[in-house]
Amino acid sequence: MNKPLKDAVSLSGKTAGVSRRDVLAVSATVAGGALLVGCSPNLMGDVMSFGAKTAVGPFGPFVKVSPDGWVTVISKHIEFGQGNHAGLAAIVAEEMDADWAKVRVEQAPAVAKLYANLGMGMQGTGGSSAISNSWPQLRTAGASARAMFVEAAAKKWGVPAAEITVTDGVIAHSSGKSAGFGELIAEAGKIAPSQAPKLKDPKRFTLIGTDRVRRKDSLAKSTGAARFTQDVQLPNMLTAMVAHAPRFGATVASFDASAAKKIPGVVEVYQIPSGVAVVADSTWAARQGRDALVIKWDEAKAEKRGSEAILASYRDIASGKAQPTAKAGWQPFDSKGDATQAARGKAAVETSFDFPFLAHAPMEPLNCVAIVDGNKCKLIHGSQIPTIDQLTAAKIVGNLPGAIEVETLFAGGSFGRRANFQSDYVAEAVHIAKKVGRGRPVKLIWTREDDMHAGYYRPMAHHTVRVSLDKDGMPATWRQRVVTQTIMKGSPTGVPKFDDTAVEGAKGSPYLKATPVVDAQLTLVDSGVPVLWWRSVGATHTAFVMEHTVDQLAKAAGKDPVDYRRALYTKAGSNRHLATLNLAAEKAGWGTPAPAGWARGVAVHESFGSVVAQVAEVQMVGGEPRVGRVVTAIDCGTAISPNQIAAQMEGGTCYGLSAALFGRIELKDGQVQQANFDAYRVLRHSEAPTVETYIVPSTNPPSGVGEPGTPVIAAAVANALLAMGQPPTTSLPFVKA
Amino acid sequence: MATTLDVNGKAFSVKAAPDTPLLWVLRDELGLTGSKYGCGVGQCGACTVLADGKPIRSCSTPIAALGAAKITTIESLGGNHPLQVAWVKNDVPQCGYCQSGQLMSATALLATTPHPTDEQITGAMEGNICRCGTYQRIHAAIKEAANAPTLPAPEVTPAPLAVPRV
Repeated sequence: MNKPLKDAVSLSGKTAGVSRRDVLAVSATVAGGALLVGCSPNLMGDVMSFGAKTAVGPFGPFVKVSPDGWVTVISKHIEFGQGNHAGLAAIVAEEMDADWAKVRVEQAPAVAKLYANLGMGMQGTGGSSAISNSWPQLRTAGASARAMFVEAAAKKWGVPAAEITVTDGVIAHSSGKSAGFGELIAEAGKIAPSQAPKLKDPKRFTLIGTDRVRRKDSLAKSTGAARFTQDVQLPNMLTAMVAHAPRFGATVASFDASAAKKIPGVVEVYQIPSGVAVVADSTWAARQGRDALVIKWDEAKAEKRGSEAILASYRDIASGKAQPTAKAGWQPFDSKGDATQAARGKAAVETSFDFPFLAHAPMEPLNCVAIVDGNKCKLIHGSQIPTIDQLTAAKIVGNLPGAIEVETLFAGGSFGRRANFQSDYVAEAVHIAKKVGRGRPVKLIWTREDDMHAGYYRPMAHHTVRVSLDKDGMPATWRQRVVTQTIMKGSPTGVPKFDDTAVEGAKGSPYLKATPVVDAQLTLVDSGVPVLWWRSVGATHTAFVMEHTVDQLAKAAGKDPVDYRRALYTKAGSNRHLATLNLAAEKAGWGTPAPAGWARGVAVHESFGSVVAQVAEVQMVGGEPRVGRVVTAIDCGTAISPNQIAAQMEGGTCYGLSAALFGRIELKDGQVQQANFDAYRVLRHSEAPTVETYIVPSTNPPSGVGEPGTPVIAAAVANALLAMGQPPTTSLPFVKA
Repeated sequence: MATTLDVNGKAFSVKAAPDTPLLWVLRDELGLTGSKYGCGVGQCGACTVLADGKPIRSCSTPIAALGAAKITTIESLGGNHPLQVAWVKNDVPQCGYCQSGQLMSATALLATTPHPTDEQITGAMEGNICRCGTYQRIHAAIKEAANAPTLPAPEVTPAPLAVPRV
């Protein structure tokens, strides 16, 4: 299981020949993010790949075939639960006509030139894009490999290629000749791959869309054999833990490591930019050593406000009591008609919504193995955006980004946390490994408390909404103000002029399309608390605001919430919303009485190109909402793996419900109050709903699945409470205590 | 001072200090990395192993508290345990990090309660957090395994427990 050290530190040898000028050129490009904006994704991939090994096998970067006939699909995307490895492999297997039982998945190395996410321009996983950005690319890869085998067989057998069939990995001709992929590797490998091979007519798909597309990692993940960063054990490896500042923005003033160094097993103590690191020969020694440190912090620049005070400032800005703090002031994201009308007259609904900071809290707290030898560096961890991790490490060790090796492992969840512009935990591991040096592996482990306190939260958000109705009860004017913190700070391309991620889901909403007068504006605020995308990003708050507002409007108009939405979608021309809602409503038995003691709530939201509609059955148990059956319909374009789409609807719903019911990170005087799962309550077995998933048939290209299941449930629950006769919900989480 | 541990039917002499949590001895010293660190305070269940057949949180159980307890970890289930078969059939895991702990809690449940009710399943699994939200499939897989023809023979040793039960 353990790789020999020599292997583990087999760092790219080629970089030695790269000139300092090249390094400077890349650094300048990276630092001057604006240059990157103008770069084509291809050029950017090239730039980020200077110093990398880019050789590929005969069947391209995504397909390997072994003599025993197994097909290995190389995934450029990390698997941390989403099931994308199954879907990605199925795309290749379908076009190749491979035997699905003999297909496996291997994680790609970090080489942006070969493995960039085509929607990001760098190698990375996010935005529910793994399948959608890979769809044409992997179909082509599979079809091209198939064509190579067919042509090789045709040549070898002296028959026309058009007469050859491929079924479940067997290449055959009516003459009786047949061979497996494994038998023709040498011949097929000599055929020039076609860049535009003929793709299958989707009507002929035999694998995609069937229940056969199942996870490839379930057994390894049911035996303890699956390898996570936490499990990496290398000869001579040290374990590191870091003492972080108690407040964001504080730095080390001085520290006393004498007690820590007395702990048996503690090897060394180092100051690094983010705190004080203890390295030891075991995890427990590192932990005890870290706890024995005495540190004085310089808090001159620290964020000392509490989350209540920060939220109060949002409210003041939204209400007009205080001016926006951003230079750009208020920025419209939807504007039509006479804005003054939207502020005047009788409002049917005038309300506001508060959303707290949320921690991602993946099961595997953040961790990273780093090996540094001079300017050579290898990272072994669950890397969500390898290109940014490479950039971060490259700056610290003084090398080219492409020269930083990254071995990406399974991650025990992420929900966005393992991807950030600073690669915070990766940087920390590299700083420590650089101090240790000489190629000695260092495994940085964060405790749950470190993970919970380290920030990069879903930002707090505050919305105000004021809507008036026309004589038919449909929205006539819609005024909305959104105050939140941008997650784009630190982006290599800078904070965009307008940060769509802050309002996505409100911007472009069918409800705004269906309203004649709209005055919707955003202003961004800054704080010392680092914030980040969190599964479903802007939709984590916008979906709630739009969907709970619409139910309140339906109530004010005396209309059924499903009928009301149907009318709005029809008016807006939102046919996918309509079809998805109709499917969920039908399967949930909307219009029939809910089971005794239960109330139904509906919500619909589009995110990452997919529309999800949910009908949730809710009851109150001991003062807390309890969610039972959740009927979910999704339009995600072509469905690759119905089983894994259902899994993501189940999981996404639980993740969203957990936050809606209990999720809240609070700061008091700048200090995070929640440290572990006792205070940061998360959904448990007894609280989990039963999710039924129905997929809207579609021939569109596949769209997102990993995130769209998350943002809908909170509103469905709030709407069920409304149906129960409870007051409208104006803040999350539902359970405050 | 060496401590002797009985893990998966084998005796090990470990050199970790007696106050070291069992989890870190299993992982760092014995190389049994199937049991995971999730919270360190017995809140999440990712570290669950069995002590004399009963589930314990190895992250917060010092080895000194184990006495002669027989420790069973995920590595001993073998891959063909009815629960593992049901786990794979239902594609239960997503990220997979919590699943060793989930499986050990479920193993202990079926060993004492071969045909659990929904309430018994929920009661036994309440201490195991899954952030991916695989609870529904975990529940279904346990029911499926409980109805599987070949149930694991109950392996509960009625020896007194020297460790906290969770």
